[in-house]
Amino acid sequence: MKLKIALFGLLAAAVTGSALAEAPGGKFARDAEQMFRASFKAENPKYWMSRLDQDETMKTCGEYRDNPPRKVGEKLEKLNAATIRYPVDGKLIGDWKEGEKLAAVGTGGHIGFIQPDPAGRVRGGNCYACHELAKKELAYGTIGPSLKQFGKVRGGSEENIKYVYDKIYNSNAFTACTNMPRFGLHNWLTPEQITHIVAFLIDPESPVNKD
Amino acid sequence: MIQRFVRTLLGAAVATALIGSAAAQDSKVADELAKYREALADGNPADLFEVKGEGLWTEKRGPKNASLEQCDMGLGPGKLDGAYAQLPKYFKDTNKVMDAESRLVHCMVTLQGFKPEEVTKQWYSKPGKESDIEALITFIGAKSNGKPINVPATHPEEAKMAKMGEYIFYRRSGPQDFSCSICHGQEGKRIRLQDLGNLTTKEGAGFAMKTWPSYRVSQGAVWTMQRRLIDCMRQARWPEPNYLADSVIALETFLQKTATGTVMETPGIKR
Repeated sequence: MKLKIALFGLLAAAVTGSALAEAPGGKFARDAEQMFRASFKAENPKYWMSRLDQDETMKTCGEYRDNPPRKVGEKLEKLNAATIRYPVDGKLIGDWKEGEKLAAVGTGGHIGFIQPDPAGRVRGGNCYACHELAKKELAYGTIGPSLKQFGKVRGGSEENIKYVYDKIYNSNAFTACTNMPRFGLHNWLTPEQITHIVAFLIDPESPVNKD
Repeated sequence: MIQRFVRTLLGAAVATALIGSAAAQDSKVADELAKYREALADGNPADLFEVKGEGLWTEKRGPKNASLEQCDMGLGPGKLDGAYAQLPKYFKDTNKVMDAESRLVHCMVTLQGFKPEEVTKQWYSKPGKESDIEALITFIGAKSNGKPINVPATHPEEAKMAKMGEYIFYRRSGPQDFSCSICHGQEGKRIRLQDLGNLTTKEGAGFAMKTWPSYRVSQGAVWTMQRRLIDCMRQARWPEPNYLADSVIALETFLQKTATGTVMETPGIKR
């Protein structure tokens, strides 16, 4: 009898333990945040330091090691969906040749004193860092899924075009805490640039959909 | 001379890797990269920095005209064998958790009488401007070659640092929404052609930690762990943390704790 109760207790502890995994940093999370902030030069330009600020999505994703419970995830997805903005002319598919260039560019936005990007450095989407796209490009990463033949497989319906635009603009509108950056939300890419990448993915003439 | 040889090898290996037929390209690229790394291991320019570092360790220098031979890197004054592999750790005399670099700087200040800003001014090398710290750390690191990493973080201050490092590892920010874990929290991923270690496992963290300090062929310099982590933050488009900042030492503590048990192979050589 006693043994049974003890076993049940152990089991319960194990189950709650895994379901409620401690947030990173545990009881030192607040100290760690202060320590992290204090690690940078106070006289850094303000726009540099603002890059350390966290919005609700970043904060929550960190707490859950990028795996939030579904309920929390849904809340973040709604929050992010509300941020999506469209080009003024309403056209969501641009020039795939421009999109091809943007997909390859990995520079831009590096700050600091040691090796910052020079002013005016081209800033791209760097899609190849994480995704397979056109067949001819062998140096692609695998953090994201392969998007080879994306348009051929998924088609060029208005619905799909909008999905691709929205996903690039704010990936967290679909999957909270995904690894993919929120390119539109952060003004990393303009709405117009996003339409070019949409074209690179969807246009039947794009190398993504050839071969 | 060695640098030029290594660069030629690099060119040849990369060219071979890229010419490969499209079919079975992934495994082929991986094979070529493995061959390239093997070729690099034949001659490591870091050996030169190691010799230079040994000279700097024993030479009487600074306002106090003293050598570093009485420096306590955690195993007692002058005891260097295996010292790097058990850092960061808590030091009673400073009441701080210190990594190899912060401890070395502490010794240069207390034993040799240098001013902290003086010794850290050239904490990493630039073309034509070599760094004493890089050379010394290469020497100190090499004294742990073949020794297992041992950072159990049992002291309360060490345990706290490891937890704070864990917090920073998962902390997302910046225009790309990055944290360390985005790239280094999964198995078998790569960015472009670069393999990414899963730093949350003993194997992944061990693979990453055992080869630092390391000669970076593309940079023509030895990189210390501080330099490596500070550059990760640059890649994440964050500002640069200060050299020897506590948050970098916390990340090191978290990673070394995870890597504990992995045998050191240092100085390493990397792309």
